Amino acid sequence: MPRFTFSGGVHPFEGKELSKDKPITQLKAGKILVYPVSQHIGAPATPIVNVGDRVLRGQMIAEAGGFVSAHIFSSVSGTVKAIESRRVVTGDSVNSIVIENDFLDEEVKYNPLMDWNLASREEILDAVKGAGIVGMGGAGFPTHVKLSPKEPENITYIIANCAECEPYLTSDYRRMLEEPEKLIGGMKILLRLFDNAHGIIAIEENKPDCIALLKKLTHDDKRITVKGVYTKYPQGAERMLIHATTGRRINSTMLPADVGCIVDNVDTLVAIYNAVVYGKPLMERIVTVTGDAVSDPKNFKVPIGMSYQEVLDADGGFKVQPEKIICGGPMMGFSMFGLEVPTTKTSTALLAFEHDEVAASEPSPCIKCGRCVSVCPGRVMPSVLADAAEHGDMEKFLEYGGMECCECGCCSFICPAKRQLTQNIKSMRKIELANRRKK
Amino acid sequence: MADNTNQTTYKVSSNPHVRSKATTGGIMLMVIIALMPATGFGIYNFGLRAVFVICVCVASAVLSEFLFNLILKRKQSIFDLSAVVTGLLLALNLPVSIPLWMAGLGSFFAIVVVKMLFGGIGQNFMNPALGARCFLVISFPAAMTNFVTDAYTGATPLAALKAGENINIFDMIIGRTGGTIGETSLVAIIIGACFLILMGVIDLIIPGCYIVTFVLFLGIFGQRGFDPAFITAHLAGGGLMLGAFFMATDYVTRPMTKWGQVIYGVFLGIMTGVFRVFGPSAEGVSYSIILGNLLVPLIEKFTRPIPFGFKRSELKKLKGGK
Repeated sequence: MPRFTFSGGVHPFEGKELSKDKPITQLKAGKILVYPVSQHIGAPATPIVNVGDRVLRGQMIAEAGGFVSAHIFSSVSGTVKAIESRRVVTGDSVNSIVIENDFLDEEVKYNPLMDWNLASREEILDAVKGAGIVGMGGAGFPTHVKLSPKEPENITYIIANCAECEPYLTSDYRRMLEEPEKLIGGMKILLRLFDNAHGIIAIEENKPDCIALLKKLTHDDKRITVKGVYTKYPQGAERMLIHATTGRRINSTMLPADVGCIVDNVDTLVAIYNAVVYGKPLMERIVTVTGDAVSDPKNFKVPIGMSYQEVLDADGGFKVQPEKIICGGPMMGFSMFGLEVPTTKTSTALLAFEHDEVAASEPSPCIKCGRCVSVCPGRVMPSVLADAAEHGDMEKFLEYGGMECCECGCCSFICPAKRQLTQNIKSMRKIELANRRKK
Repeated sequence: MADNTNQTTYKVSSNPHVRSKATTGGIMLMVIIALMPATGFGIYNFGLRAVFVICVCVASAVLSEFLFNLILKRKQSIFDLSAVVTGLLLALNLPVSIPLWMAGLGSFFAIVVVKMLFGGIGQNFMNPALGARCFLVISFPAAMTNFVTDAYTGATPLAALKAGENINIFDMIIGRTGGTIGETSLVAIIIGACFLILMGVIDLIIPGCYIVTFVLFLGIFGQRGFDPAFITAHLAGGGLMLGAFFMATDYVTRPMTKWGQVIYGVFLGIMTGVFRVFGPSAEGVSYSIILGNLLVPLIEKFTRPIPFGFKRSELKKLKGGK
C-alpha cells in the first residue's frame, strides 16, 4: 500500500513518551500577565485599553490592526498596569499590554451563535475573526484570512493538521484524545463554510490510538476522512501535508487555497469550535512542558500571557540545570534567553535540554555528501544555498530556489559536517523578504 | 524585570536544536572498515610486502596533511580520518612491488597537491587517491605496471584477456590473481560495499549505473557479445569494482543530485568501456573516474533538482518573487 507522505524528510528522536500519557492539566494564571500586541503574522494589534483600566476575563484588549491581523483578549480579570515594550521568545522587544491579575475571575458575557448549523457564512467568519483566532501550530497566520479565499466554491479539501511531526510535542495528541468531539466540531463548522469541500483529518501513524478514536467518531460522516500519514518530519509542514493527503503541490508563491485546500491545526479547529459554539475568544492553549531537564514532563492548558517561568514552576521546575530552553519543538522552535517571557497564541511547548547538541557540534567543511539534498522536502540544494548565503550571492541564492526553503531544519539536522545550513539560508531569506517589502 | 531570579544564561542558536549522530569522521571510519576485507585479502594474496606498502601510504598521507596544516598554521584536520582513507585507497591501487618511496610520494601528492592546495577536504575537484595513482603511472610507468610477484608471474587477467589468452574466472572472483593490492578480489570488495550500503554511506545509483552501462557497452562493442565468461572477467578483473564502489562514490568528487549521479555513472561506464575495448592498455577505470570528476560541476549545474511545487518551465519565476 502506498503511504501518504512526501519525498525527503528525517527521523529525529521522537521523545514523545516523556509526556504523551500525561492528561492536560489546567493552570491558574499568576499575578502578572503580558500580552504582546504582535502574536501573529501581519499587522500588530492596536491596544484599546488604557493604563489603570479594569478588564474582565475574555475582554478584548487589543484590536486587529488591519485585515491580516487578530484581536487579543485578556485571559484574566484585573487592571492594566502598563503598555510597554517587553521581550518575547524571539528575543525581540514588542509593545505589550501588562495586566495585573485580581484573581476574581470575572468573565465577560459571551455571545455564542444561536445555532451554527443555520448561521450564515459571514456570521461564522465574524465569530472566528471576533475570537482572535490564529494558526496555533506555530506560524500564527490569522485564521479568518485563511477562511476567506477569493473563490470559496473552489475549496475542495479542509485538512486538519494533526500530524504533530515535531519531536517531543504532545499537545495536539492530548487534545485529540481528550476533546475529539471539539476537533470534529471545528471541522464540521469549516465544512459548513465550504460546500464543495471534503474534510481530511491527517494524523501521523505514530498515534494509532488517535487514528482509531477519530475514525470511530467520524465513521458515519461522509464528508470527513481520517488519514494516517507516514511518521516523518516535517510531515506536518503545510506544503508537505497537502501533498501527502491530496497529491497537490504548492510552492512558496502560492497559498493552499490556490490548489483548493485549507489547512488548520488541531488547536485552531478547537478554538474555532469554542468561538462559534460558546462565543469564547482565544485565551488559552495547550503547552507541552518537556525535555530531559524537566522534572515532570506534562501537558498544560495555559492562560495566554502567563510567563514561561510560571508554567515551569507549576510543573516543578528543572531536574537539572538545562543548557538550552526552547519555545516550540526542537526542529523549528526558538531558543530562549530566559524564561521571563510571556506565552502567546503560538506557544506550543517549553522544551529544556540538559545538553545543547548545537553547541557541542563544531561546524567543519562540507564534504558534499549530498544528505541535505536528499532530505530537503523543498527539493532545493541546501549546501549550495548556504554557500551562496555565506558569500552574500543573492542572485545564485534565488536561482537555486532559496526562497522555496521552508526552514524546517532537516538539512542542519542531517549534516555530518555539522554546518549551520538552515541558519545561513534563513538569514538570506530574511534579507530578500526585506528587500521585496522595500520595493 | 527580566531574569531577576538568577543570572543563568542559556545557549541560543538558530533552529534546529537537535542534530543527527553522523559525523565526517564517522563516515570516513565506516569507509575504512568497508575497505578492510579488500585490504585483508590483498595482504593474504601478496604477502607481507603489501602491509609495508599500505602502512607507508597511510602514514605518508596523514603526515603530509599534519605537516601541511602545521606549516600553514591551519586548524588540524587529520582527525576527520579522510587522509587515512586516501592513503588506504591509494595503497590498494598500487602494485605490491612498487618501491616504498614511490608509494610515500604518491600519498604526499594525493594529500598536498590534489587535496590541500585546493582548500582541503571538500574542495578537491578530483579523487586524491586516483589523482596520485595517475601521477605515479605517468611518472613511473614501469614500476606501476609491474605486476610480477613471487606468487604471480604472468600478466594481470585483463592484460591476458586482451592478449587473447584463457583465464580462470573462479580465481578472478575470489581474487587469486595478479593486479594491484586491493583490486583483485571481487568477493572482498562486494562485502565491503554491502556494508557501506547497509550503513547508508553510499547508495547503488552510481555503482549500478556504472556497472550496467559498462556491461552493455562491452556486450555491444566488445566483439564477444554478452558472453558471460567474458563479461565476468571484465567485471572481476582490474579496478572496476573497487573504482565503482569506493572511488566513483567519493562524496566530494561525485554529483550531489540524483539525476546527476545517474549521468555520472553512465558516463563512467561508457568511458571505461572505451578505454578497455578501444584503448591500448587493459585498464581504464582511474582515467574514467578522473574525467568524470572534471565534469561534475557541469553535471550538477544541469541536474539541479526542481524545487517542490514548481514545473521545469516555471523555474524563471524563482528569481522574481510574487
